[in-house]
Amino acid sequence: MTDTPEPKKFTPLSRVLHWLTAALVFAALLIGFVMVNTISGHGALVMVHKSLGALILLLMVVRVVNRLTHHPPAWPPTIGALEGKVVVLSENLLYTLLLLQPLVGWAMLSAAGGPVVVFGALRLPRIAPFDAQVFWILRQTHSVIAYTLMVVIAAHISAVLWHTFALRDRLIERMTFAMGRKR
Amino acid sequence: MAHTPGRRDLLRGAAAVGAFLAVDVAGLLAAFNWIGPSRLTPQAFLDAFNNAFGRHPGFRTNHAKGVPVAGWFDSNGNGAELSTAAVFAPGRTPVLGRFSAAGGNPQTADAPATGRGLGLTFGFPGGEQWRTAMLNLPVFPDDSPQSMYDRLVATAVVPGTGRPDPAAMTRFYASHPPAARAMTIIKQHPATPGFADSIFSGLNAFYFVSRSGVRTPVRWKLIPLQQALPPSSGPDALFDPLVRQLRAGPLRWRLVLTVGTRDDPTNDATLPWPADRRTVDAGLLTLNSVDTEATGNARDINFDPLVLPIGIEPSDDPLLSARSAVYAASYRRRTGENTL
Repeated sequence: MTDTPEPKKFTPLSRVLHWLTAALVFAALLIGFVMVNTISGHGALVMVHKSLGALILLLMVVRVVNRLTHHPPAWPPTIGALEGKVVVLSENLLYTLLLLQPLVGWAMLSAAGGPVVVFGALRLPRIAPFDAQVFWILRQTHSVIAYTLMVVIAAHISAVLWHTFALRDRLIERMTFAMGRKR
Repeated sequence: MAHTPGRRDLLRGAAAVGAFLAVDVAGLLAAFNWIGPSRLTPQAFLDAFNNAFGRHPGFRTNHAKGVPVAGWFDSNGNGAELSTAAVFAPGRTPVLGRFSAAGGNPQTADAPATGRGLGLTFGFPGGEQWRTAMLNLPVFPDDSPQSMYDRLVATAVVPGTGRPDPAAMTRFYASHPPAARAMTIIKQHPATPGFADSIFSGLNAFYFVSRSGVRTPVRWKLIPLQQALPPSSGPDALFDPLVRQLRAGPLRWRLVLTVGTRDDPTNDATLPWPADRRTVDAGLLTLNSVDTEATGNARDINFDPLVLPIGIEPSDDPLLSARSAVYAASYRRRTGENTL
């Protein structure tokens, strides 16, 4: 059991980008769900949420470039052919949704007539015409993507936990730093 | 090859995944206010409005009856002493707005005592736009979102009777002294004959930020420069004369900024500031066109009080955040109803 070899790791840059995205997306989703269901502190939460969205958009552009220029390390043999197909599909879905979600938020605020303010004072240009119907469609889309992200990210984390704790293939160590090297 | 997992391994995996999913779902349910300490939500406000005024799809949840207007603001430059906002530099800024009657019924019959609203957006849809929703009241009736919510609950129509329970309102004022004090002040300022001669006040305090970074508490109001046509008869006794007056010529108000001091309350819009506070005449608002509610005009603008230009910042008044949250929920709901 303990002779399971350490899997090949992602590049340090890929690992940093992954965990940075994880933290920002976790915060943006949680704050997003809280802010539409609260009245006290709503204004401040919306400001933080929009700023997180802008950071995630920037980060995702870097990640797409990084992903296209760096092939990830090979999977451990515990990931079979069928599971591999699901992994590829869910990775593509995550990249697409994480890139799309901030853009939909930005367009949605634009369609409501703006302004689009991030980091407290930075005014972004509007990227959609003032149109209440367009606003509503984008607003619904923003929620649908948020729920889909919750499901896909939960599946992603569950799969890694299952591999790490049930199959004991040290899958998580592809993405960890020094702390994973003990065993 | 990796080993075949035993029963203990499978249990370990199931426990790890189960624990993660439990935390994940619990976090989501707490965010949705389904578990954990309960709090006031925008949805609760929408429901309370609907219980008091009925459900009217496609209209604003509050201030449902209204007319879009347009015009401009001529700044005289005096406001620039207090705020760097572009709207206070000398010059003209286009304005879109909406006169409205308080309450959630778009077919309500006009009554003199019904609150009159004026929502304005300066410089729409630019990045430095300023939105404000004002009332013809000297102070805001409630000091907190909870008080506003409790008032709505007390206004709810009692099933079977078709009207609210008068005793509920008495109980509300007895248990909310700030609201009772505000009502006393409001009663000392009876409404004018019409919209055109109404003073509209922002009521909530904001901070104006000057070029040198000085933050000054400010409240603003619009002082009318004309008489109103007398009320007509019928359900539109106030809106009819307003529309006729706007079609006959422009209506004007002076935008007056009241400059607060460090001692003036900024977090409680039921409390008037002392009458001797300095005021700054910032310029002239002219409204010269009126429209019926339609796609693409003020019907589709959310007069969110937190849409502010650089140079104006929100105060610590909890009503600002609450209004922003409830307006957003209402805007989402009615834009959907107007789309489907």
